[in-house]
This record gives sequence, structure tokens and C-alpha cells, in this order.
Amino acid sequence: MNAFDWIVLLVTMIGIAAYGAWHTRHTNHLDTYLKGSQTTRWGTIGISVMATQASAITFLSIPGQGFESGIGFVQNYFGLPLALIIVCAVFLPIYRKLGVYTAYEFLGQRFDAKTRLLGAGLFLLQRGLAAGVTIYAPAIILATVLGWRLDLTIIGTGLLVIIYTVTGGSEAVSLTQKWQMGIIFGGMITAFLILLARLPAGLGFSGAAHIAGAMGKLQAVDFSLNPDRRYTLWTGLFGGLFLSLSYFGTDQSQVQRYIGGAALREGRLGLMFNALLKIPMQFSILLLGALLFVFYQFQPAPVFYNRVEWQQHATGSNAATFHALEAKNAALHAVKQEKIRDWLEARKHANAVNEPAARAAMLEAEAATEAVRDEARTALTAADPLAKTKDSDYVFIGFILDQLPHGIIGLLIAVMIAAALGSKSGELNALGTTTTIDLWRHFRPLAAHDEARNVRAAKWFTAFWGFVAIAFALFAGFAENLIEAINIIGSIFYGVVLGIFLVAFFLKHVGGTAVFWAAITAQALIFALYLLRHRFPALDISYLWYNLIGCAACVVLSLMLQTMLPGKTTRITAT
Amino acid sequence: MNKPDATEQSARETEETGVPGFRTWRRIYVFVFAFFVLVVALLTLFSRWFA
Repeated sequence: MNAFDWIVLLVTMIGIAAYGAWHTRHTNHLDTYLKGSQTTRWGTIGISVMATQASAITFLSIPGQGFESGIGFVQNYFGLPLALIIVCAVFLPIYRKLGVYTAYEFLGQRFDAKTRLLGAGLFLLQRGLAAGVTIYAPAIILATVLGWRLDLTIIGTGLLVIIYTVTGGSEAVSLTQKWQMGIIFGGMITAFLILLARLPAGLGFSGAAHIAGAMGKLQAVDFSLNPDRRYTLWTGLFGGLFLSLSYFGTDQSQVQRYIGGAALREGRLGLMFNALLKIPMQFSILLLGALLFVFYQFQPAPVFYNRVEWQQHATGSNAATFHALEAKNAALHAVKQEKIRDWLEARKHANAVNEPAARAAMLEAEAATEAVRDEARTALTAADPLAKTKDSDYVFIGFILDQLPHGIIGLLIAVMIAAALGSKSGELNALGTTTTIDLWRHFRPLAAHDEARNVRAAKWFTAFWGFVAIAFALFAGFAENLIEAINIIGSIFYGVVLGIFLVAFFLKHVGGTAVFWAAITAQALIFALYLLRHRFPALDISYLWYNLIGCAACVVLSLMLQTMLPGKTTRITAT
Repeated sequence: MNKPDATEQSARETEETGVPGFRTWRRIYVFVFAFFVLVVALLTLFSRWFA
């Protein structure tokens, strides 16, 4: 990065944060602070929902997923449009009808105080954990490749988001997310166009897509029923539906984005905006990764894409082994390039005899280079058992730094940080709100009538969670695949929380005590499944299924317990 | 704490979409679902075309 990149980065990031804080500095009404402006329209709500979900990991890790495993990860989002329709039709009208600040306030009205506290507690636990990952994930990657200090990167981005989120609450979050998403869309489209322009002459999008497809990177939909496969149409539809329903319907960081606004219509249209755009957006980011894979077929490709990690260990007694692997990779890469060109030639001439043989030779060459990359990972582990052996998160950032012109580099780094700030601010806002409304006001009911005191408390709790996230990011180590780490944490808790809400919405005869103990038991079951998965291979299932199992266990156990523990029930409907 | 007059607001808001061509929310949901099916179909075709 040069001075121009730094100017682009600092002006956009600090400018947006300062604008958000300044514009909302007089926010002192609790409704506005917790729900945002009463005049917010659907476009702002839609972008805010999207920005809260799309963290920096989306733009760092997902191109890496496309590069390494292809675009099949898009299936993870197949349940999302269906979930959003259910949220629009069932959840949102009830939240607005009751005028609640948090989703868990609804549980208190529908069941009882202990169930509300359980829902709020599970949210604070899982979102508090994920908040650390949200701030750590971009910081570790940016610090590694740009040579920044990790602690200062975490503290700098953390403090920036705390300042404007605490100052303006939900209104500042929506306002800044709109500008941040503008930077993100602008930057990603620019990167995509530059990547297409840098592909070899004459190849174009179609040629590149054919190479990616032949190498198995463009298998978007997998109809397989094999439960061992992590991403299929079925895991996406069913596991993804439950994950999305839980996330959008019961996670306060999302609920808070759409329960405000001028009218119910605005929240509904904002959610439908996401239902339409989310899959095409994720597909585009994954496709970018698959095209990066093709790009590196015609460039000198490193044997390991986290070059800083590689260089750190390519010294001393390891130097000879590491340099031998680099040379072997370069030689095999050249052979692969030749095989790809042979295949393109055979395909171009529609040579039915030569094409299958040329394709087989190309795939064999690809397998050979993958084998060398495996050897490189083994060598890294041998040199340092704690070495980070997953390098796919570094592919896109490496492309940005090596291939993009100055100024655009600053813009793309701004994309990553804008995404981190956008999702982080939504999370902090929700954590602060839930702590204020569901815990603080619950234990200090007399304070509920003092609006100024409530706003002050919400600001303090928002700041508190911001510092907890910074501390967690500074002192905790995380799983290497960051986006999966967040999804796994979410899946462990989301199913049970969703089960509580489904019982609340659809099983009107079930009372608070039954659902409370059912939820505790179901959560224990999910913990057991997760912790015992290595000991009992039969339990080693895709984490997306935790959503379905947790939810189903909670609902079924609630029904069973209700027959034994008859309790008070409440009817709350949308109409 | 003042809460909005929930019943009146809800009754007024329930069915108005304000989207030209979509008089009810049900129609919007059907459109979104149909769009989703179309996207999955296009992704399947995309995978097969470039396989």
C-alpha cells in the first residue's frame, strides 16, 4: 500500500464513521436509539439487513472458498429466501404489533420471564462469541499480508465502530451501513472487472468459466443425498432454512434492523429485497473465487498462498525442503498450463476424439499440483505444528495486493474494513439493546420509566460489548476457517432458539415451563452431538443439521413436557 | 414507556404493499419464491453448461 491507498482507506472509513456519529449525535429518544429513525424506508432497512449479515469474512473467505472448493457453498443460502418469507408473514407482524424492542421481549409476553431470560442469554452467549470472531477475522488476514500489528488493527477497527455505534445507536448503524455497502459494491465490482481484464487474451469469461467448470469449480447445485457431503441442495434447503429462519427471525442483530421503520411495509420490503438479492450476490463472490482459480492457472502461482506464513518457515534447516517444493510446484504448474492450452485447443476444434483425453491430462496435471500443495502443508506442519495450513483466505487479498493498481488497493482494503464495521456495529447495537431491555430493565423495573436513563444504559452496554469483543479478539485463538467458525457457533445455538420461537408462534397451548426445560435439554443434546463427533464417527454430521435437530428436539420435547406440566398459555396473533 | 397503538397500526399495515402490480403480500411472496426456483434452475443449468 502506498500513500494514495492510505488516503482512500482512511478518508472512506473515518469519513463514514465520523458522518454517522455527527449526524446522530443528538439521538436521545429510546425508540430512535434502539429501533432507528421512524422514517426509515425499505431500501435502508434492506441494505442494513444485508450489511449486518455480510461481514468482512464474506469478502475475504468466500472468494477463497470459490477458489479452493468451487461455488457449491452457494447452496448454503438456499434456505434464506424461504426463511425470509416466513419471517415477513409471521414474525415481523407480531413484533410490530407488540411494539417490542427485542425478540426476547416477545418471549416474555408469550411465555414467562425465565424463558425470555433464556432466549436473551443464549443470544448474548452466541453473539458475544461471534462478535470476537467478526473483529478478529479480517484483522488477522489484513495484519498478516499488510504487515500491520494485529493488536493495533483489532483495537483501531474496534474503537472506530464503538464510537459511532454508541453515539447514535441503531440510527447510526443504518446510516453508516448504507455508505459502507456503497463502498463494498463499488470495490467488488471493480475487482471483478479488473480480474476479467487480466485473464489471458482471447480467453474471456466464457473460456475461463469452461476451464473452471472442467476442473470441478462450477458445480453450484449438488442433488446428492449423501449425508457426509457438507453442501448439497438438501442441506442448503433444510439446514439453511432453519439457520436463516433462526438468524433472521430470532437473532436480535437482525430483528433490530427491520422492526423499526416507517411502517410494517418497509420492514417487509427490506427483507424481500434480501430474499431476491442474497443468492445472486453470494454466487457472484464465489464466482470471483472460481475465476481467480483460472487466473492463477496462467500466472506464476505460489505453492502456498499465505506467503508470510510460508516465508517465516522457509529458513534454516527447512529452507532446502521448502525451496524444493517451490521448484517442483513451478515445474508442475508449467506442465498444467500446457495441458490446459491443449484442452482449450481440442475444445475449440470440437475434436470429440482428443477432447476427453486432453481433459483427462489436464485434470491429472491439476491433481499433481494439488498433491504438491498438500506436501507443502505437511512440510509447514512438520516445521511448526502450530503453523496455519489453510491458505484459501489469502488468495483474494493476495490478488488485490499483487494485481490491482494503487488507489484501487486502498478501496478494496476499505471494502474489507467497511464490511467488518458494518456487521460489527449491528452486533454491538443488538448486544447493547438486549442487555438493556431484557436484563437491566428486567432486574430494575422502576428504571423503565426513565427514558434518558435507559438511553444512557444502552450506550454503556453497547460500549461494554465492544470492549468485550476487542478483548476476545486480542486474547482468543480461532478456527482457521473463519466463516465456518461463525456458522458453527451459530448452528450450535440457533436451532434451539428457533424451536422456542416456533413453539411461541405456532403451538399456542404450550406454556413457559415446558418450553424452558425442553430448550435446556435440546441445547444439552446439541452440545453433546458437537463434542462427541470425533469420538463417534456416526455423529460427525454437517453442522447445518444442528439447526434442524436442535429446533426439532425443542419443539417435540415441549409438546411432551406440556402433557406432563400443564401451564398457563397466552394467545398472541398477528391479526 | 409509550408503545405505539399496536392494534390500529397493525390493521392498517397488514395488506398494503404499495408495490405496483402486487396488491397483496401473498403475491409478493409467490413472486419471491418463483424467483428463487428460477435462480436454482439457472444455477443448475450454469453448472451443466460449464461442466
